Amino acid sequence: MNTWIEKQLHLIDFTLAALARRRGKNLGLLFIYTLLVFVLASVALFSHALRTEAQRVLAGTPEIVLQRLVAGRHDLIPPGYIDKIGLLRGVLKKEGRLWGYYYDSVVKANYTFMAPRDMQIARGEIIVGPALERSRGLATGNGISFRSYSGELHTFIVADVLPQSSELVSADLVLMHEEDFRAFFKYPDGHYTDVALSVANPQEIRNVALKLMERLPDSRPILRDEVLRTYASIFDWREGIMLALLSAAILAFGIFAWEKAAGLSAEEKREIGILKAIGWETGDVIKMKFWEGLLISLTAFLLGYIAAYLHVFHLDSILFEPVLKGWSVLYPRFSLTPHIDGLQVATLFFFTVLPYTAAVLVPIWRAATTDPDTVMRG
Amino acid sequence: MRPANLALIVLACASGGFGLTFADAARLRMANVATIDATAALVERLGLTDLALFTEARYTRHPTQADLQSAFQDHPVALEHFPSGSLLPPPAGILKAYEHLDRKTASPD
Repeated sequence: MNTWIEKQLHLIDFTLAALARRRGKNLGLLFIYTLLVFVLASVALFSHALRTEAQRVLAGTPEIVLQRLVAGRHDLIPPGYIDKIGLLRGVLKKEGRLWGYYYDSVVKANYTFMAPRDMQIARGEIIVGPALERSRGLATGNGISFRSYSGELHTFIVADVLPQSSELVSADLVLMHEEDFRAFFKYPDGHYTDVALSVANPQEIRNVALKLMERLPDSRPILRDEVLRTYASIFDWREGIMLALLSAAILAFGIFAWEKAAGLSAEEKREIGILKAIGWETGDVIKMKFWEGLLISLTAFLLGYIAAYLHVFHLDSILFEPVLKGWSVLYPRFSLTPHIDGLQVATLFFFTVLPYTAAVLVPIWRAATTDPDTVMRG
Repeated sequence: MRPANLALIVLACASGGFGLTFADAARLRMANVATIDATAALVERLGLTDLALFTEARYTRHPTQADLQSAFQDHPVALEHFPSGSLLPPPAGILKAYEHLDRKTASPD
């Protein structure tokens, strides 16, 4: 056993010396390889953590949100519409919700205005999200004016700022009294944006939704399950920019492996010929190349993964911010809680380490089994 | 120091770092339980339905609440143009709301 270990250590010594002879090329290869792993691991960690956090924080969304559609577009809930729902077995509560969007031309940002039922907000006061606090320099006690779409200027006093830790869901919120909301948007009395329904038994939600569609053919029920499924598939590898990223990474790994498997350089062939000539066995040459592939790919994987973990969970995915922000002015500052998908990490490992190590061995086999004189002569 | 020993020490340290990430993840999960519960309680209290990730447009701010045509709302033949639209495809179930509007016609003679 000790002999075997000592032999492997000698092979590693020789491998490192061989790599050092082409230091620039191998360091460049290691750097690019690590960068690839870093990008893929960062995306995998970020998307899985975001999906998991979304499932947890959105678990309490209304069981059913009922919208009204006119000509395929979302329209207001008129007076009497909620009464048309009538008594449905299993529905604990029905309440009209008031919320909408406001474009602030001062900072060119979109806000979500809301009149919550379950929060006491005095007339003339608002509670704002943390992103507004940053973008407009607001604090508790400050005043702010918004010009409504009818041209009127409405002034509010900031009564409170929502906690920064909730920024992922509350970044752009402006909460106000119902009468202020109606006056600001000129919302007709008795109209609502949509209706939130509470259903006691989760198994009955779909049945209640079907009954709602029968009673109100112009309605569109949105179930909590659909909300959660939407965020369960966010940043899926099979769609959009994620698919482009994965394709580019697969192509890059393929090029690495092909470059190794396509053949040896004249210098590498000469080295192997010399080793065979001085008495190295074929198995030893292959083991040496195996260590070369393993050292590079394993180091790249470990360093890339650690860097990705630090980037996503300790630097708040700072490199992704320009991509995620897009044209938004407001962008939430949030720290994701680490939830690591072992299967994704294992897939990345096998995807990163095994093909490259195997690709290194492919051309070596032929060179190592050929007559040394023939190999050295090229 | 022998190069092989140095390489193995580097690999061992990197492997240790790799393992530490899982330990750190567990530590952060425990530390953030109260924060996540508080956020979930806020969502339930206000009846929120979406994350405030993309505030560019209404169908990216509230993808679960947007209708099928929101992305193409600006004019006929309008193409969806906000960058976050390429990150956030339409929810899988959005077509179901419109299925009952679809009419099956008989093939013409």
